[in-house]
Amino acid sequence: MMKPQDFIAEKVRVMPFSGIRKFFDIASEMEGVISLGVGEPDFETPWAIREKGIYNLEKGRTVYSSNSGLMELREEISKYLQRKINCTYCPKDEIIVTVGASESIDLALRAVINAGDEVLVPEPSYVSYKPCVSMADGVPVVVNTKAENNFKLTVDDIKDKITPKTKALILPFPNNPTGAIMEEGDILSLAEFLKDKDILVISDEIYSELTYGGKKHVSIASVDYMRDKTVVINGFSKAYAMTGWRLGYAAGPKEIMSAMVKIHQYCIMCAPTTSQHAAVEALKNCDEDVEKMRREYDRRRRFMRKGFLDMGLDCYDAQGAFYLFPCIKSTGLSSEEFCERLLFEEKVAVVPGTAFGECGEGFIRCSYAYSVEEIRIALEIIARFVERVKKERG
Amino acid sequence: MQNIKTEILEILEKNSRVSLEDMAAMLGASVDEVAAAMDSMEKDNIICGYTTLVNWDKTDKEFVTAMIEVKVTPQRDRGFEKIAERIYLFDEVKAVYLMAGAYDLLVMMDGKNISEISSFISNKLSPIDNVLSTATHFVLKKYKDHGVVIEKKREDDERMIVTP
Repeated sequence: MMKPQDFIAEKVRVMPFSGIRKFFDIASEMEGVISLGVGEPDFETPWAIREKGIYNLEKGRTVYSSNSGLMELREEISKYLQRKINCTYCPKDEIIVTVGASESIDLALRAVINAGDEVLVPEPSYVSYKPCVSMADGVPVVVNTKAENNFKLTVDDIKDKITPKTKALILPFPNNPTGAIMEEGDILSLAEFLKDKDILVISDEIYSELTYGGKKHVSIASVDYMRDKTVVINGFSKAYAMTGWRLGYAAGPKEIMSAMVKIHQYCIMCAPTTSQHAAVEALKNCDEDVEKMRREYDRRRRFMRKGFLDMGLDCYDAQGAFYLFPCIKSTGLSSEEFCERLLFEEKVAVVPGTAFGECGEGFIRCSYAYSVEEIRIALEIIARFVERVKKERG
Repeated sequence: MQNIKTEILEILEKNSRVSLEDMAAMLGASVDEVAAAMDSMEKDNIICGYTTLVNWDKTDKEFVTAMIEVKVTPQRDRGFEKIAERIYLFDEVKAVYLMAGAYDLLVMMDGKNISEISSFISNKLSPIDNVLSTATHFVLKKYKDHGVVIEKKREDDERMIVTP
């Protein structure tokens, strides 16, 4: 007789749990943990958005929407993309609303990958790209971004990784966990290199609203010849503090969107309708809320970075998302050792850079989606810990 | 410099106890720069004070707050300035706003009880030349003041400790 585990498909069996999950399991068993480990905003969803959701619930608007999402929402997304990244997408057949940006990533990969196709996955990066590629029977090809380039993706990083089997490139900027952004010049060099290549770019822009230092997010889709070989993915979780609403979207050429809708209609049907109604309000009337949160993040970012520099850790000036990625090599500890000891000895949770790819070794991800007060307390403890560890080494 | 000043005001408006060092770190500026910006804003009366938002309902102090709508005749050449001054110079008066709409000045004041407020109105406010009429409203409860929800409970962070 087969045991339960024998039913598990081979490709799932070999898939490791996320490195973050292991950490979560330990940290969540402990009492009184101070965390800088969270990948979601600490703000509440702006009230106007929540109120719109409640209103639509009261009205009983709780039925399915069309597979691609409410037309009203797709129209707003289209306007948003026009004004933010200067790209034109037809609401009718070039935009699809999904369950978080996560589903869009999965759909895009499943829609384009044939078994054995290679997908370039820059690392350190969000934990789901590689598993999603594998689940779609593709082969993830890791591309390491480098600290000396401020973790931007350069042509040099990818040029030797391209083979005849390369089907797609994931472009995860602003980046979780490094906080790296791609500026206009970076995007143009990359676009120039990709111009004559048959490689689809899957551009995960979920942190696009969160850039600092006067830098604005630039999408590779805004380069005219890249538009039709790019799938832009974004969502409401980070900019509008709507993580639990599970709402994201993809935009791109209609042939690819149509393929994605096919998978989406059979697997998901449609994204939650209440969230979709609320999201219309977000896009229509909440630019100012987003800007307020962004400015607050920026202050915390500077506050936290100064804290790390003051304790003698290298910490490059990350200008996106809400993470800093300080280097802890000077402590002599590996990322995992650092994070485990910090958790067990000081009850502070940060995430090892290696949870986001092997090249995250020597770094830790610290989120500043916390109040300045909370950040201050955590920094004080980390400083104490770093000093002790350095003393131990003598 | 204008930018750093605006940022300082935004921070202080929410929390006037932030230290110079913290503000400097948050703004990526030096402590001296922040101190200089604050000095100049104090001199220019941009920063008019550093107050504390108190929920007096939770204390033993008993008083009532009144909002008084005042209709006046503006004075030649001086407009409303002189009348407003005659009113705001009373210590009892906490705020005076010039309003557009059905009346001219909104006067806010605290008193030990209703009769203290009524005595202020009949003995001090109404007799002022050019005050035509008053209409007094009493505050029953403050739900939100200066952007802060008064009775808001501190909610626990419901986020999981570590998420991707």
